[in-house]
Amino acid sequence: MRNIFLFIRRYFNLLLFLVLQAFCIYSLFRYNRFHEAVFSGMANAITGKINERYNDVEYYFNLKKTNEQLAKENARLYNQLRSNTESPDSTLKVFADTIVVDTLGTKRANIKYVWMEAKVVGNTISSQFNTLMLHRGANQGVKKDMVVVGPDGVVGTITDVGDNYSVVMSLLHRLHSVPVKLKSTDYSGTVKWDGVSPMYVNMNDVPKEANVKVGDTILTNNYSTRFPAEIPVGYVKEIIVDKTRGTYNLKLRTATNFYTIEYAYIVDNVQKEEQLKLEKENKKRTQLQQQ
Amino acid sequence: MSRLVKNMIRFALFVLVQALILNNVPPLHRFITPYLYFLFLLWMPFNISRPALLFTGLALGFSLDFFTKTYGLHAAPCVLIAYLRPFVINVLINRRESTEFNYVAPSITSMGWVPYIVYVLVLTAVHHGYLVMLEWLNFAGNFWYFIVKVLATTGISFGLIIITELVFPRRQKYRTNTA
Repeated sequence: MRNIFLFIRRYFNLLLFLVLQAFCIYSLFRYNRFHEAVFSGMANAITGKINERYNDVEYYFNLKKTNEQLAKENARLYNQLRSNTESPDSTLKVFADTIVVDTLGTKRANIKYVWMEAKVVGNTISSQFNTLMLHRGANQGVKKDMVVVGPDGVVGTITDVGDNYSVVMSLLHRLHSVPVKLKSTDYSGTVKWDGVSPMYVNMNDVPKEANVKVGDTILTNNYSTRFPAEIPVGYVKEIIVDKTRGTYNLKLRTATNFYTIEYAYIVDNVQKEEQLKLEKENKKRTQLQQQ
Repeated sequence: MSRLVKNMIRFALFVLVQALILNNVPPLHRFITPYLYFLFLLWMPFNISRPALLFTGLALGFSLDFFTKTYGLHAAPCVLIAYLRPFVINVLINRRESTEFNYVAPSITSMGWVPYIVYVLVLTAVHHGYLVMLEWLNFAGNFWYFIVKVLATTGISFGLIIITELVFPRRQKYRTNTA
């Protein structure tokens, strides 16, 4: 026993070093579960405040680009207005039901996606695990696993929610993946980032029958429970043939410009729970059948 | 101003400069991310106890990690260089002149140009080597990429540190027993 204490005293510094290292490595690789419990509340409030101050200045320099983006988006939305459609046949009427919340305050059944705007107050692009910070949190209706879409295309997924701020795992995060399809031929796949350049993401293992061309648009597909369908993710920049597997690996230019992003929309799939529940039940049933 | 207050201000400044300016520098190339914040650890006084230095390293790393949302990524290399620092200083300092007791902290004046540059280069390379390794741990990248990235970031950081040393010279008095 005495020897153990002597050993600890003799190598106290080394042991302390090893303990601290283990703590760092542990918290790095248990990324989500751990930091949520310990840090998210206070640390996010502080860094969020600082980021917001900083963003006030930075925002000014991007005003022109932000304006252009918003104008473009407005134009796109104007094109969807009901007043644009007029039929010579007066018996034909077009209705667009756009009320999100009814008088009782419950979300309406025929609405699937609810969009909430949010300002981007923090953004990294230089690391392997890039994140954004949005000035909208639990008090404003943000929940974990909602997705974030910018004016030009997909941005990421909410991983962490504070009272007034939320943290987004960016498309440029090594653990992020988006289910997608080709716009032209509807072949599905997954978009991931290889960590090399913040301009490009990758879509691997596309069958040759997909008939891809440089410049093709990649959109989110209809199978995802989180992402709304047909949101642009990227545009094919380069097609690389994987000779051993006989498939294409695509290099995509991201639809969103992560260098200049100022505003984003948080998208909530209201019908997600039902979909997930059915999926789970189905899984259970097939497992039982296999036994 | 007492040394503690001075170090606290320095700590905050280093973390903020790193998080708000250097991390936002548009990457000129995928290899280059300028790092400067760990210079705080290199500037700590000679006579700080080793456990205190380790905890300072942990605090510094985690403060930056709060901004980048990678809890532990910067803290681990900081703790490593905090642990290695006394060994490097022991090797580099001439015991007979007992610089440790005449000056407060490692600097060009207290150690001389060459030992100080070696001290900075070794710890910078260790910091970046470990940091890049952690970043790429779950990535099947090739080895050259790793080596070149470490070398490039070390070069940039070294340049930044030398500029910082020249722009903000730390005046240090020569302390003697007689005073």
